[in-house]
Amino acid sequence: MADIQTYSHDAGWKHTVLRGLLYLILILFAAYYLFPLIVMISTSLKSLDEIREGSLISLPRVVTFDAWNYAWNEACVGVECTGIKIYFWNSVKMAIPAVLISTFLGAINGYALTKWRFKGANIVFALLLFGCFIPFQVVLLPMSQVLGKLGLASSTPGLVLVHVVYGLCFTTLFFRNYYVSIPDELVKAATIDGAGFFTIFWRIILPISTPIIVVSVIWQFTQIWNDFLFGASFASGANAPMTVALNNIVNTTTGVKQYNVDMAAALLTGLPTLLVYVLAGKYFVRGLTAGSVKG
Amino acid sequence: MGASQSTESNLTASIQRHLSKIVVAPSFAASLFFVYGFILWTGYMAFSKSRMLPVWDWAGLRQYERLWQMERWHVAIENLLIFGGLFIVTCLIIGCLLAVLLDQRIRAEGALRTIFLYPMALSFIVTGTVWKWLLNPGLGLESMMHDLGWTSFKFDWLVNSDMAIYTVVIAAVWQASGFVMAMFLAALRGVDQDIIRAAYMDGASLPRIYFGIIIPSIRPVFLSAIVVLAHLAVKSFDLVIALTGGGPGYSSDLPATFMYTMAFQRNQLGVGAASAMMMLATVMAIIVPYLYSELRGGKKNG
Amino acid sequence: MYLRKTILATGVAFSALATANFAHAEPTAEVLHWWTSGGEAKAVASLKEDFEANGGTWVDSPVAGGAGDAAMTVLRSRVLSGDAPAAVQLKGPAIQEWAEQGALADLNDVAAAEGWDDVIPAAIQDVMKYEGDYVAVPVNVHRVDWIWANPTLLAKVGADSAPTTWDEFNALADKLQAAGITPVAHGGQPWQDATVFETVVLGLGGPEFFQSALVDLDEDALNSDTMKAVFDQMRKIRGYVDADFPGRDWNLATAMVMNGEAAMQIMGDWAKGEFLAAGKVPGKDFICAATPSENGYLFNVDSFAMFNVSGDDKVAGQKLLAELIVGEKFQETFNLLKGSIPARSGVSLDKFDDCAKKSEADLQAAQEAGGFLPSMAHGMALRGHLAGAIVDVVTAHFNSDMSSDEAVSRLVEAVELAKD
Repeated sequence: MADIQTYSHDAGWKHTVLRGLLYLILILFAAYYLFPLIVMISTSLKSLDEIREGSLISLPRVVTFDAWNYAWNEACVGVECTGIKIYFWNSVKMAIPAVLISTFLGAINGYALTKWRFKGANIVFALLLFGCFIPFQVVLLPMSQVLGKLGLASSTPGLVLVHVVYGLCFTTLFFRNYYVSIPDELVKAATIDGAGFFTIFWRIILPISTPIIVVSVIWQFTQIWNDFLFGASFASGANAPMTVALNNIVNTTTGVKQYNVDMAAALLTGLPTLLVYVLAGKYFVRGLTAGSVKG
Repeated sequence: MGASQSTESNLTASIQRHLSKIVVAPSFAASLFFVYGFILWTGYMAFSKSRMLPVWDWAGLRQYERLWQMERWHVAIENLLIFGGLFIVTCLIIGCLLAVLLDQRIRAEGALRTIFLYPMALSFIVTGTVWKWLLNPGLGLESMMHDLGWTSFKFDWLVNSDMAIYTVVIAAVWQASGFVMAMFLAALRGVDQDIIRAAYMDGASLPRIYFGIIIPSIRPVFLSAIVVLAHLAVKSFDLVIALTGGGPGYSSDLPATFMYTMAFQRNQLGVGAASAMMMLATVMAIIVPYLYSELRGGKKNG
Repeated sequence: MYLRKTILATGVAFSALATANFAHAEPTAEVLHWWTSGGEAKAVASLKEDFEANGGTWVDSPVAGGAGDAAMTVLRSRVLSGDAPAAVQLKGPAIQEWAEQGALADLNDVAAAEGWDDVIPAAIQDVMKYEGDYVAVPVNVHRVDWIWANPTLLAKVGADSAPTTWDEFNALADKLQAAGITPVAHGGQPWQDATVFETVVLGLGGPEFFQSALVDLDEDALNSDTMKAVFDQMRKIRGYVDADFPGRDWNLATAMVMNGEAAMQIMGDWAKGEFLAAGKVPGKDFICAATPSENGYLFNVDSFAMFNVSGDDKVAGQKLLAELIVGEKFQETFNLLKGSIPARSGVSLDKFDDCAKKSEADLQAAQEAGGFLPSMAHGMALRGHLAGAIVDVVTAHFNSDMSSDEAVSRLVEAVELAKD
């Protein structure tokens, strides 16, 4: 952290102006980011009649939570009108193991590739990295054949496998690039003390990895939670994750569109990810403490 | 370079080095199979007569010929270059700027950070609809400004064939820049405080500390950010489908939507596979030189 | 470790399930469909109730998105993983394509027992059969060539009904425009552009021309002056829509007609559902009329194809489902909910609204006059890649300044390229 308060040669008034400008810029950006959310929330609180009259962006005249209740408890997802709530747990069962496994593998790969560099480590890393660019539509068909052969078709473990495999390249990338900037002396000192590969990883490396673990978890959780294509293809019917249910609620080919319910369902689906962001934010700050201890 | 330089016990060091290989091996094997194996599979499909389901009949270069004869493919490639370039650069600038600003001991940092990040949390299946309203001249910003009395305000990119792709950039930046901010913020918090303090003592100004010391020291994060963004750019799919549906006409089609349309909607699996191979080749042409220089540089520093 | 445990647990659950199934052999059917919300979902739910009342077990696999695109993607992946659903919502020539892959089951014994040949219109039978065998069952008939109009706005320029020729259409639209009213509500999405296009082809060219141009893909027809005139008319219509049309969803265009912001919309009869949901009355608050043509009728028939499955319970489930779908009871309840009309004869239309009754009457007349034709825009007439090539040209023309000559030559070229 380098900030104006600590590192400023300037006089007080200039400092105040700078701070003011800083807040102004941040607030403007915040407005840009928040605007669509405000539209979504306000739409979800309107009645369908009010929406049909044409004012999509204006604030609701009468606030009603019917759409939220309907989306959670009653909306039809196919022939079952049970709302989006029952699909919540499907997503949890898929996302948590997939995030944990891929983040752990990424951490240990990153550690191995930077602190115990073997011949060709950079090439292995570059090859792993390329997995980030393969479009998911490409792997869909061969993946179905493979999952069918493995006996994992239409199951949650199959879905976890897919997400781990295609998340690995990102998590490895994050950790590798974080560990590159950590001084090698740390590891060297520990080896001299007789610590081995895993001891150093658990005792020294992991404790200072908080900020990047947070980044990795945010990324993986968002990707996996919001994935639609794999969820729809590799987990069917009652196993479907929440996004598939959301998509089923909002997409209608020739039926009446209920925008208020769509928005409420989308916000409900996004809540767990939002929650992760709010909670994870704290650990960014904690990562700061870890960083200064290290420095 | 850790253990290799430890002169004390070469034997332990060599076991440890093998341990490192063993640990990486499963991920590497999975990647060989699920990434490179599948790329080979797709590569073969591009030379096959596949239409609805994969078949192994050889068709030579026919699918590539058909691909390049399609006007729509040319539009998609051009759009990818415009969209990809603008999207990556804008996200890097905004992400880096926001991270630096947030790093100034800001009040309500937690709230602001969450605000910048949240767009990633929402599925584009629905946020696409909201952006469509906001950008539609008759419903969104333009009509709002007109209602406020600014009648000469004009913002009709969404319905303009030449500009529609830029609206995709606006929405995509909105969604992804917060994550880039988070990556930079994590890196800034990991920068060695002693170096900064020393530079400050030498009388360096704040911008110089940033541009001269901090940003160069977080260079690896730029690599991560560029990879993440390039991945998002190449795969942008939901976004285009929800926002413009590739329209007006097919003027905002991207290779990912093109591929999907061909492979799954029109039963032209062969052409779809050919377009996927072209996409991969494009990405490789950009990423491989960059990776090469970055990893080379890394060796020198390490 | 955790993953391994889950795999084991799932394996055990699967085998338990399998034993249970073999022991009872109750009719079971997994149904993959994209009718997931609102009235459509209710319509499918009515089928499920029927199915369960007859002792079946319904396994629901809904996948919405892109008018079935997402479901078709999932279907491919399910077939490749060797785990095809029993019944899949599938329509038009896509049925033939899957049948060619040998993926579909034969329903001839149900068809013979139920006498389908006598109750299903011949043109629809052709779609449901592969090499003479029934492989799919129709659930409804949607009509595509409709004009939905706002009578209050029409009255403002002295019109009391929808136009009956395209010249009248243009004259009326000009008058509306002069009066400051947007004549046509339209959403600029490729399939909507194509919907308008095919009604113009039907109107200006007549049923025979439609057949040779958009079904048989006859090069002379595609390259004809009539086709040029069709593109001229498309350009005219482009002048009748408002500036903000690109990307608009069809239902928002319908809302424009409802709210008096535009006078007419060309759209299939699912638009009726929007009017009815808003409490509007046909004939009073809105007018439903066929687009100008000589006894033409473009049909869009939804259907379920039956995939090869193994296990007595699944085969029994499939047959039961097929029987129920074509049955009179289901055809009535389903179509009342869906806004379409039954795909078989012998169902009383007493409970249906006036637009549906008109649809049925026109259907009979069109069948006699040879104007009962499959919709190109809705995937009934052509295979995906051929229809797609046409739609690309139509939408590129509608959304740019392309001349009609260029559009025609591009159309011929695109069809040629897609054919081989």
